[in-house]
Amino acid sequence: MMPPEDPPQEHWPDAPASHPAPDRFLDEQAGPMVRPYVMTSGRTEPTRGKFDLITLVVAAGPEPEGAIGLGPEHLAIIRLCQSVLSVAELTGHLDLPVATVRVLLGDLLDKGFVSMQEPEPEADMHDIRLYKAVIDGLRAL
Amino acid sequence: MVSGLSRNDGRARRLPTAVKIVIAGGFGVGKTTMVGTVSETRPLRTEELLTDEGVGIDDLSGVERKKTTTVAMDFGRITMRDEYVLYLFGTPGQERFWFMWDEVSLGALGAVVLADTRRLSDCFPSVDYFERRSTPFVVAVNCFEGARQYDLEEIQMALNLGPKVPVMLCDARSLESCKQVLINLVLHAMKFRGLPAEAPQNA
Repeated sequence: MMPPEDPPQEHWPDAPASHPAPDRFLDEQAGPMVRPYVMTSGRTEPTRGKFDLITLVVAAGPEPEGAIGLGPEHLAIIRLCQSVLSVAELTGHLDLPVATVRVLLGDLLDKGFVSMQEPEPEADMHDIRLYKAVIDGLRAL
Repeated sequence: MVSGLSRNDGRARRLPTAVKIVIAGGFGVGKTTMVGTVSETRPLRTEELLTDEGVGIDDLSGVERKKTTTVAMDFGRITMRDEYVLYLFGTPGQERFWFMWDEVSLGALGAVVLADTRRLSDCFPSVDYFERRSTPFVVAVNCFEGARQYDLEEIQMALNLGPKVPVMLCDARSLESCKQVLINLVLHAMKFRGLPAEAPQNA
């Protein structure tokens, strides 16, 4: 899923100081910062949806074959979301930052490939069934 | 096409609602252990990248000079009946990652602040944070071997907690102990939000 590792810096040890040294883009810090956003074409915000860490996502159908405009990461999300998963779980399975996964999910939601269920807003934490279900679930562990 | 049909059936029903509980506390206090003890799946890790020089700055001219940091959060999952799924998030230990705390605490059912009596002050920021946010929380003292045992009252006083904040001992490695802490938290959260509490039972 991830692009190949950057070549070791030793390949560019003698960059002239007079113009920008190419290796400044390739240090270990810069790599992970740039690459995730390549997958999103540089976008940092999803086109649709807020996607809380515990927003639940499920694919609307099987992984499409030869879908136009979907990258391998989009397809990986559709594959993972054949059963219901949270945004947090998706980021863990894909080993991608949350912000990247949000953008990819926005694309998929836009195109109707996934549906989602937002969590209860903080103001709505007064549903006693929720508390009872959680207590019962914990007791059953 | 059997699988396709079963997927359609799956979609026809409502998606479950996710609930989260935050496990906070200082570095190395047992947050990840607790998440792992109760999670039904192998705990996962979610990562967020941030720069040293501020988040949300779009000026790309300085990008190559920014240093990045990864903030990791471990989390686990417990599937419940009645269409609920509980997620437990261990907060990143460093306090400078408050923005992650905000994200993970928003809409949380409540929080467990784990404390270690050998470094009690490590949990002060967590206690302050949840008090300020009015998030219901309990303090669970992880009993490390070799640590002096204190009275719960002493700890309550040392943390300057109100009498309404439950304080309890726990062992983050023990499922029974973690269950009890989480059940106590849910009961406390019900009371905190003015819901009729049910009598606590031992699991």
